[in-house]
Amino acid sequence: MTDLIFSNEMDEEMTLNMGPHHPSTHGVLRFIVHTDGEIIRKAVPDVGYLHRSIEKIGERCTYPGYMPYTDRVDYLAAMFANEVWASACEKLMDVKVPPRAQYLRVLSCELNRIASHMISLGAMAMDVGAVTPFPYTLREREFINDFIEELCGARLTYNYHRIGGVSFDYPKHWDEKVLRWLDHFEPTLDEFDRLITMNDIYVKRLASIAVVTKDEAIAFGLVGPNLRASGLQWDLRKDDAYSVYPKIDFNVPVGRGQMGTVGDCWDRFWIRVEECRESCKIIRQCFEQIKEWPEDDVVGQLPKKMRPDGEAYARVESARGDMGCYVIGAGKEEPYRARFRTGSFNAMGIIEAKSQGLFLADLVAFIASLDVVAPEIDR
Amino acid sequence: MTPQDIFKRLQTKFGDQVVFDLHEDPKKDKDPWFQCAPYSFEDVGTYLRDDPALLFDYMECLTGTDYPDKKQIHVTWHLYSYVFKHRVVIKCLVPRDDAAMPTMVNVWPVCNWQERECFDLLGVLFEGHPDLRRILLPDDWEGHPMRKDYGEKDEYHGIPTTRPNPLELFKISPKPAAGAAKEKAS
Repeated sequence: MTDLIFSNEMDEEMTLNMGPHHPSTHGVLRFIVHTDGEIIRKAVPDVGYLHRSIEKIGERCTYPGYMPYTDRVDYLAAMFANEVWASACEKLMDVKVPPRAQYLRVLSCELNRIASHMISLGAMAMDVGAVTPFPYTLREREFINDFIEELCGARLTYNYHRIGGVSFDYPKHWDEKVLRWLDHFEPTLDEFDRLITMNDIYVKRLASIAVVTKDEAIAFGLVGPNLRASGLQWDLRKDDAYSVYPKIDFNVPVGRGQMGTVGDCWDRFWIRVEECRESCKIIRQCFEQIKEWPEDDVVGQLPKKMRPDGEAYARVESARGDMGCYVIGAGKEEPYRARFRTGSFNAMGIIEAKSQGLFLADLVAFIASLDVVAPEIDR
Repeated sequence: MTPQDIFKRLQTKFGDQVVFDLHEDPKKDKDPWFQCAPYSFEDVGTYLRDDPALLFDYMECLTGTDYPDKKQIHVTWHLYSYVFKHRVVIKCLVPRDDAAMPTMVNVWPVCNWQERECFDLLGVLFEGHPDLRRILLPDDWEGHPMRKDYGEKDEYHGIPTTRPNPLELFKISPKPAAGAAKEKAS
């Protein structure tokens, strides 16, 4: 098909600027799109509009003092950036995390994962023209924001995790509230499936669009839901388990190409819905297991002086996949180097390679299905 | 395979001129790492990716770190294998004044953007890279901010990079309030 497009000698290539304020580009992203009519020849992403040099700031903060800045790496799923920074520092300084704090971390992260996926699902549906689901997903996210506000006092930039644990235990009766909400949320997901995931028009719009094969996904470093949608059964929480995930029973949904081809936009949408279901399971099990551990034992034994020497690389499965943090210490209070490796950055890298031959309208669906968040790309 | 086994396997294949200097002190190096000669890393990388016992198909993270006292930039590669679920950390040390090494885009396509970021922030030239432009900073930016001796400019196209102190802006005097002074006097 692409040969046919390029063989036309009478064609006129048009260069369009899409963004940085285009509503479907999820934050401040810009694409320079070369098109032939409606068909894209090449879409070149131009990123960096939200670059705040988080890594340079890291070199000037103390280890605990850097924690609030990590929130800003990914504002939709700030818990994970907190966790990855905390676990990198713990690995570097050999700090043990008490079990109750580990459960609280998993609880807060899984709640945050649902919140992040809710935005992603609603926004993706809205980008391709289905406006109805967005308020529903936002409503559910609002509940989670309230829960996390009760937990740590903040709704978006949490600063909840600490090196060696978390800042607070959960308040009384918080677990009952969350469990009651889960009872409401799980049937809502089925409703959501009927409303949009299995909606005939929506399926036709997304099936077999922008297919990313398994090999491509690995080669271009896609991670998390995008990688699993392409058919690779790999989840950091299972395959390289950290924290308390080995004690928890959950499934890893994988793209099967039910509606078209494995790794199409619909698979990437569906996998996030399934992950919300799995997160609900994890939260329920956490609440059962956390009771075995004493209350308020949430911060481990920390070294008196945090002046580590050496280096460590830690990673967690964030809402946007494998998130890594590489920290080098040089015997000072500030880290010598703090590096964040984020899923969205690599996901943007694949767009230029895969955009050839897509319709312009499908590019919007493709970007939305990759679930990129601009501050996570630019950091 | 453990990093030590991988190190031995690479050393028998390429010799100790190419792969050397294993760091495995459990107190300092939480992930053991070793060095690789920058201009042989393309061969080593291809071997790491294709050898049936290694199969490092995923380039996780590329980091550049500036060491002005050693006059070096360390380019660190975190690699992972989805097949065997093992990992390795390799460092290529390039001289700071003439920071350059061959690109790895042909081995792992993910390096395309990661190398651009490293070039942008640290000024490491990846030779043979198809599209080595700045990625996060504007095209006309001067200097590479992640270098330790980078000095911040006063302005960029007339936009100041510093803010006036808000205390001076609103004429708030840092002296104690009148009430506080009275309390002291009584």
